[in-house]
Amino acid sequence: MRIPFAAAVGLSFTAVYFLAAIFAPLIAPYGMAEIVGDVWEPSSAEHLLGTDNIGRDLLSRMIYGGRTTIFIATVATILSFVTGSTLGFLAAVLGGWADQALSRFVDLLMSIPSLIFALVVLSVMPVTTGVLILVMGLLDSTRVFRLARAVAVDINVMDYVEAAKLRGEGRGWIIFREILPNALSPLVAELGLRFIFMVLFVSTLSFLGLGVQPPLADWGGIVKENKDGIVYGIGAALWPAVAIATLAISVNLVADWVLNRTTSLKGGRG
Amino acid sequence: MPPIVKLLAQRIALGLLLLFLVSILIFVGTIILPGDVAQSILGQSATPEALANLRRDLGLNDPPVARYFAWLGGILQGDLGTALTSGQDIATAIGSRFSNTLFLAFWAAIISVPLAILLGLVAVRYKDRWPDKLISGVTLASISIPEFLIGYVVMYVIGVKLRWFPSVAMINDSMSLGEKLSAIAMPVMVLTLVVLAHMMRMTRAAILNVMQSAYIETAELKGLSGFQVIYRHAFPNAVAPIVNVVMLNLAYLVVGVVVVEVVFVYPGMGQYLVDHVSKRDVPVVQACGLIFAGVYILLNMVADIVSILSNPRLRHPK
Amino acid sequence: MSDQLLKVRGLKIGATVYPPGEKPHDIEIVHGVDFDLAKGQVLGLIGESGAGKSTIGLATMAYGRGGVEITGGEVWVNGRDILKSGLKDVRSLRGGEVTYVSQSAAASFNPAKKIMDQVVEAAVEHGKFSRKDAEERARVLFAKLGLPDPDNIGSRFPHQVSGGQLQRCMTALALCPEPDLVVFDEPTTALDVTTQIDVLMAIKEAIRDTGVAALYITHDLAVVAQVSDDIMVLKMGETVEYGTTDQIINTPKEEYTQALVSVRSIDHEEKLPGIEPVLKVQNITARYKGTNFDVLHDVSVDLFPGQTLAVVGESGSGKSTLARVITGLLPPSSGRIDFAGRTLSPDLAGRSREDLRELQMIYQMADVAMNPRQTVGTIIGRPLEFYFGLRGSEKQKRIQELLDEIELGDGFQDRYPAELSGGQKQRVCIARALAAKPKLIICDEVTSALDPLVADGILKLLLNLQKIEDVAYLFITHDLATVRAIADSIAVMYQGRVVRYGSKTDVLTPPFDDYTDLLLSSVPEMKLGWLEEVIANRKMESAGN
Repeated sequence: MRIPFAAAVGLSFTAVYFLAAIFAPLIAPYGMAEIVGDVWEPSSAEHLLGTDNIGRDLLSRMIYGGRTTIFIATVATILSFVTGSTLGFLAAVLGGWADQALSRFVDLLMSIPSLIFALVVLSVMPVTTGVLILVMGLLDSTRVFRLARAVAVDINVMDYVEAAKLRGEGRGWIIFREILPNALSPLVAELGLRFIFMVLFVSTLSFLGLGVQPPLADWGGIVKENKDGIVYGIGAALWPAVAIATLAISVNLVADWVLNRTTSLKGGRG
Repeated sequence: MPPIVKLLAQRIALGLLLLFLVSILIFVGTIILPGDVAQSILGQSATPEALANLRRDLGLNDPPVARYFAWLGGILQGDLGTALTSGQDIATAIGSRFSNTLFLAFWAAIISVPLAILLGLVAVRYKDRWPDKLISGVTLASISIPEFLIGYVVMYVIGVKLRWFPSVAMINDSMSLGEKLSAIAMPVMVLTLVVLAHMMRMTRAAILNVMQSAYIETAELKGLSGFQVIYRHAFPNAVAPIVNVVMLNLAYLVVGVVVVEVVFVYPGMGQYLVDHVSKRDVPVVQACGLIFAGVYILLNMVADIVSILSNPRLRHPK
Repeated sequence: MSDQLLKVRGLKIGATVYPPGEKPHDIEIVHGVDFDLAKGQVLGLIGESGAGKSTIGLATMAYGRGGVEITGGEVWVNGRDILKSGLKDVRSLRGGEVTYVSQSAAASFNPAKKIMDQVVEAAVEHGKFSRKDAEERARVLFAKLGLPDPDNIGSRFPHQVSGGQLQRCMTALALCPEPDLVVFDEPTTALDVTTQIDVLMAIKEAIRDTGVAALYITHDLAVVAQVSDDIMVLKMGETVEYGTTDQIINTPKEEYTQALVSVRSIDHEEKLPGIEPVLKVQNITARYKGTNFDVLHDVSVDLFPGQTLAVVGESGSGKSTLARVITGLLPPSSGRIDFAGRTLSPDLAGRSREDLRELQMIYQMADVAMNPRQTVGTIIGRPLEFYFGLRGSEKQKRIQELLDEIELGDGFQDRYPAELSGGQKQRVCIARALAAKPKLIICDEVTSALDPLVADGILKLLLNLQKIEDVAYLFITHDLATVRAIADSIAVMYQGRVVRYGSKTDVLTPPFDDYTDLLLSSVPEMKLGWLEEVIANRKMESAGN
């Protein structure tokens, strides 16, 4: 199989980020909270990206921060997907009042911007990693629910699904053998988008001081810690921008490729 | 009743119902969750007596339903309650901040809406050629960076390195309009960048959708010029989807504003909300949350109403 | 020749295709076509899908749809080669000298503008008439085309008139600027057969009265035979045969043309009714959930083992609903269905596996009737596994037998539906139904999405399989030629009722009831002058009443 250039670039960048996240303690030159120099030292041989607002090695902070951000985003994405697609498929296949109840509830949740809703909830909940993942994952599962339901409803009215029902197949066969294989490619592409959204979401919350709490490093938090340097012309706070943007674009490229590849599979939809 | 009136009435009723349900959701969300307002105000070291006193003062011992209706009744009369942390009246505090936020959002919309539609048209006109590809590339990049980081990049480059505008967007009533505009130039720029990408993409898709219709081919086969085809046949059908796109993006702007205000230390609603979330000042959070959600619901409702009004099948029933 | 209007020489048309996952590349879809058209003459372009006939039609307006581009040749209209003309000249040609009528008027009218504005637009734009004169002319055309209330229909919006009426409005739109040539692109294909004949006659009379020349594009030879002077038969972008209508219909030279002319002339001897019907539909009345009217009223029909009952009707007659009731997808509000000697539960959930196995279904769109993610082997193998518990080599052997039966050879087992042609897909669907060893197969418009020759092959296969497997067919169709080819008994449906029912001979022999008469006489026949004959007969009858 030939991997197109753009996808290869995306794939390798994504892999680098995930590997760096997994092996952060082995790669990072210094400890996460270790103070190793002066405040906001410029980049040098010892500190490739310089030091941060209290003299910690910025590269190490970025690597550990990536670990936190990617971990939270990944778990929240999984939570959002499992909840959203399970409920979405169920709503589509069951139809009737179960579908109505779920769909209307999701409409209600989506009538409030998720950042505002998260802020309201976080104002009374203790801000821990677990709570963050739960809030982000559940809020975002509304979007996955809508997509999964729409895709499944489309497939559910296809003649081949009707043929399976007329054959006497059970609900399990219909969901897992008829609907799921055909729903996979749009869902996989969405998986990439949701992951990116989660990275942006957790970074935004941390930046606002309502996400990951110090001394734990994460990309949004690094911006918050170093933002005062900006007015003095110190760009330490901008490194997370580079990291987030490259990760997001890479994941996008991979998602595009997956979508193209699966639809062009023999017998792809459309 | 003609079907169109019925549909409009239904949509407006739905908007009101949503607003009501959202108010319940926001209220319930802040009381059933395990956090305790009194505890978070006084901290972990507070004595049980102090906690009990504060709970009583805050009315936390009343049944939740009674508290909800007292709260809602107050809001309907313009009384948003008092802030726990400062004892200030929330409505007064929000008043000027809300108008500041609207001022910011207004200018961002004034610049971004025409720009997005124009660039969307350019992307359609040069579909699959370099202007289209450039636009979609820039779009992808700006969607991939969170708002606050775009904010700091802009601040770093324009405010600090080029020194065109002040880095912090402080405004007050004594400033002239020109001074105010100069102060908010950078936040407006950031908000524009943030919504521009989405709006452009959606505008492009909406126009392309219309341009691919069979009736556009009919118009071309009548020998009309490109301009006539667009003006007479594409435009009347594209207005509704474009207005829809604009409304949805203005709703999106509501969220962007929160973060951008924090970045530029702008005295608006968003900044106020975020401050009080960290202080766990629940009445303020509830009031701000409800206002943001209300604006969001309103804009979405306007988008739907425009779609209904512009549908020829509904306007001219059989 | 002084009255030469259109001269096409060596016309080549290419297109860019974007196969998913592959690089876009150019292909040629029309490989050098020549034809001439004199003023006031009608040329029919006929061919199956992919023949390039619409593309050629649009090329006479120097227009390429989507990624289509004219790559070579000459198109002379009124003495100049329009492929070498400037944009301005091409614009004055489009909508002025040459106009276009599309297959779907519903999509081709702008939903946001009144019909009149759209009908007169080209005439006014090209300076042929003032707005007032153009509207007057439009009203005359509306009347000529038999539209109701011709003075006011123009002030309506497209969605406010019916499909057949809109198709006539489109014809008025094309005739309004007094063009020299009108391109009719399958103008009646989307219409019901009883509507088609009226629109066809309206178009024919309008062409005759205005003296305009026309290119008439269709896949239906019987239709084009009624309106054209000359016919060009196309296949895969090449001319197969080109001659006068009389020559093409009566003495076709090429084998392909002969096949097109003799299509649906399958000889099927009708079988006599048996003693015990396999399917007994008794007094079925049904309606859809949430509606307040019955789509089926008191429907009763019998079907005998190994025979075919054709249920024929136009859109909205309730024929497909009858299939849904019999399969259990739509429980009837009253009535009873006996199948193979037992009474069927009204809804699907209450039926035994044996009931389901013995009653199979084949759909109109084979594309969406097969899961695109399953191979042909899986699709045919599943019923074997599900009903008979066949596994491994036993299953493989049976799949191969079935593939042989439907005349597909080796190597199809591992293919996906997307790799098959339309006819092959429908064959696989037939094999899937046969795999269950059913007593009855419901065939819902199984040939109407296929090209005529392919459809013929499917019908022959079905008849053949009926002999071998002794299976009964409930054959739902709107096409009377198909009915003649395959049925033993016929039920004619109209507005949810069976209006005529009996053996094929009885149903197709006069005296007829009004609706059956209208239906039968509306089916285009492959002979010259048929249209005039029918219209004349109808006028005589209505005069007689």
